Amino acid sequence: MKKRVLSVALTAAMVASMATVPAITVQAADDELIVVGYAQVGAESDWRTANTESFKSTFTEENGYKLIFDDAQQKQENQIKAIRSFIQQDVDYIVVAPVVETGWETVLEEAKEAGIPVILSDRQMQVSDDSLYECWVGGNFIKEGETAGQWVADYLEEKGRGEEEINMVTIQGTIGASAQVGRTEGFGNIVAQHENWKMLDMQSGEFTQAKGQEVMESFLKSYDDIDVVICENDNEAFGAIDAIKAAGKTCGPEGDIIVISFDSVKAAFEAMIAGDLNATFECNPLHGPRVDEIIKKLEAGEEVEKIQYVDEAYFDTSMDLEAILAERAY
Amino acid sequence: MSGSKAVKVKKKIDGNAFLLLITIVLFFVMYIAGVVIFNEQGFGKVQNFLNLFISNAGLIVIAAGMTVVMITGGIDISVGSVVALTCMLLAWMMELKGIGAVPATLLVLVMGVVFGLVQGFLVAYLNIQPFIVTLAGMFFARGMTAIVSTEMISISNETFLSWAKFKIYFPFGGYLNRKGVMIYPYIYPSVVIALIILVLVFVMLKFTKFGRSIYAVGGNEQSALMMGLNVRRTKLKAYVLSSTLCGLGGFLFCLNTCAGFVEQAKGLEMDAIASSVIGGTLLTGGVGNVFGSLFGVLIKGTIEAFITFQGTLSSWWTRITIAALLCFFIVLQSIFAAVKEKNKH
Repeated sequence: MKKRVLSVALTAAMVASMATVPAITVQAADDELIVVGYAQVGAESDWRTANTESFKSTFTEENGYKLIFDDAQQKQENQIKAIRSFIQQDVDYIVVAPVVETGWETVLEEAKEAGIPVILSDRQMQVSDDSLYECWVGGNFIKEGETAGQWVADYLEEKGRGEEEINMVTIQGTIGASAQVGRTEGFGNIVAQHENWKMLDMQSGEFTQAKGQEVMESFLKSYDDIDVVICENDNEAFGAIDAIKAAGKTCGPEGDIIVISFDSVKAAFEAMIAGDLNATFECNPLHGPRVDEIIKKLEAGEEVEKIQYVDEAYFDTSMDLEAILAERAY
Repeated sequence: MSGSKAVKVKKKIDGNAFLLLITIVLFFVMYIAGVVIFNEQGFGKVQNFLNLFISNAGLIVIAAGMTVVMITGGIDISVGSVVALTCMLLAWMMELKGIGAVPATLLVLVMGVVFGLVQGFLVAYLNIQPFIVTLAGMFFARGMTAIVSTEMISISNETFLSWAKFKIYFPFGGYLNRKGVMIYPYIYPSVVIALIILVLVFVMLKFTKFGRSIYAVGGNEQSALMMGLNVRRTKLKAYVLSSTLCGLGGFLFCLNTCAGFVEQAKGLEMDAIASSVIGGTLLTGGVGNVFGSLFGVLIKGTIEAFITFQGTLSSWWTRITIAALLCFFIVLQSIFAAVKEKNKH
């Protein structure tokens, strides 16, 4: 038995040594493609899946790329392994959407030593040395908040309520999350420009529908004249809409209360079509094309900006939502 | 002549050693297959092989501890949570309490010992099922991690980072990468520590009285007791050893990730158990070898490397492949056990 096992191992070894020769010739064709390794967080949400799809559809062989994709299943240690593997595979660029913000020093140092530029997507990293990564691509949450504030101002103006006393409440995201911090700050900037706007209360709905509903119920009990509800993601807005309806009030473009939200998932479009939601502000997951642009610049030897925001749009009930919804990736 | 030789070989290789042999051969076959399939992508590089050890240094140490506990017929499912707690405590002590890297490391090792003492006492002296005790330990350690901090803590302690970044370069086997950088293979000290621990545990199991008692207790507790062995103390020591190695493994894990947060090392206990079983350790106790567990870890690492090199497969295939391997080894084990039983009669 032992002999047989040994002979199997030996044959395998022989096959291995023979296979090395023809494999070298394959390399030539591969060389023209730019090899990109993408260490993705996982597939936990529609947003994430759309983000992955964006990379897969951008970094194709037709576009001159070879993409090596790794799903870390929400584990940092898996991402560290993936980055090490990318270095061994001699990729030209490493893109990481970090699971967590910390603990990247060692492995990024290895990438730097190998001379492979690292591009961050979506979440930032806390590292002692900025030169460990080339740049970061992601959404600008402050700008999202400001866009939302500006939209509310324009909308009120249009309705002839520009000078009216406006009461607002905010259902915040999970406190401390960068989306919560940025969106609260951005919207706050616009509130500060309008003396007739009054932010009555802000409470966290933890980005969930159930908690959003709970918070809205308590707002409705405490304040009887709410004009605008700002929900820091779509799910909270769905909960808030339920609470408003249960309290016998109406919302949406035809109702008493203006409801706006962030992220722009498909269900938000359905809520707008149903007339419950006024507007939703996008958090764009389609980072692929922007990363492609950055890599092209780096290939040409140009310098790139350290922080790169993706373009983000908003959608309200004045648009042809059915048509947009049909084309949405997420 | 040839007949007597065959008998000799047969005597040397019993069922358990054969299982170990299969594991080792399987690893090499898989690795060579990887080199063949992904040759142009650099699977055959020395560094790729070393990365198996670098990324799994913590797991190698933890699996060694797990193997010892499993040989006694027990199990320790608290290890993943203890690793998370270790990392969190290290990060918390160094970043928020201003404790130096050396005392912080020593403190987490002591924490591991204490954790093992409590679990071992409950299992050995109060005769509670190890699964239940360590399940409680698992919840406790994960809970404590969240109590210390629900926020992620990044380690920026200079001494600790200098340990984490310290590379030991090999003077040979370098290659020029596509960017024209000459790269020599390297390992981190964590790999050296892990391998030293592995050898120590191996020697302890093979050549010390404590080691032999562990096999005796796991093989048949009743006979071990009648032979005059202190079964309870042996079990207690096994759990202390496991948790201590877990503390040390957590430290090595932390050198790799340089951060503490609640979700860290989730499911690591299952990786350790799977590695031990693939390495030939029987869940019923009495049989096992830490080198087998090392190869179990390396097989897991190789499957992961396969998935990343392939580049389009879902990484969940790692789990599916390990599940298939586990089934394969468990079936083999029970076939061997059945054959053994038959030969007795």
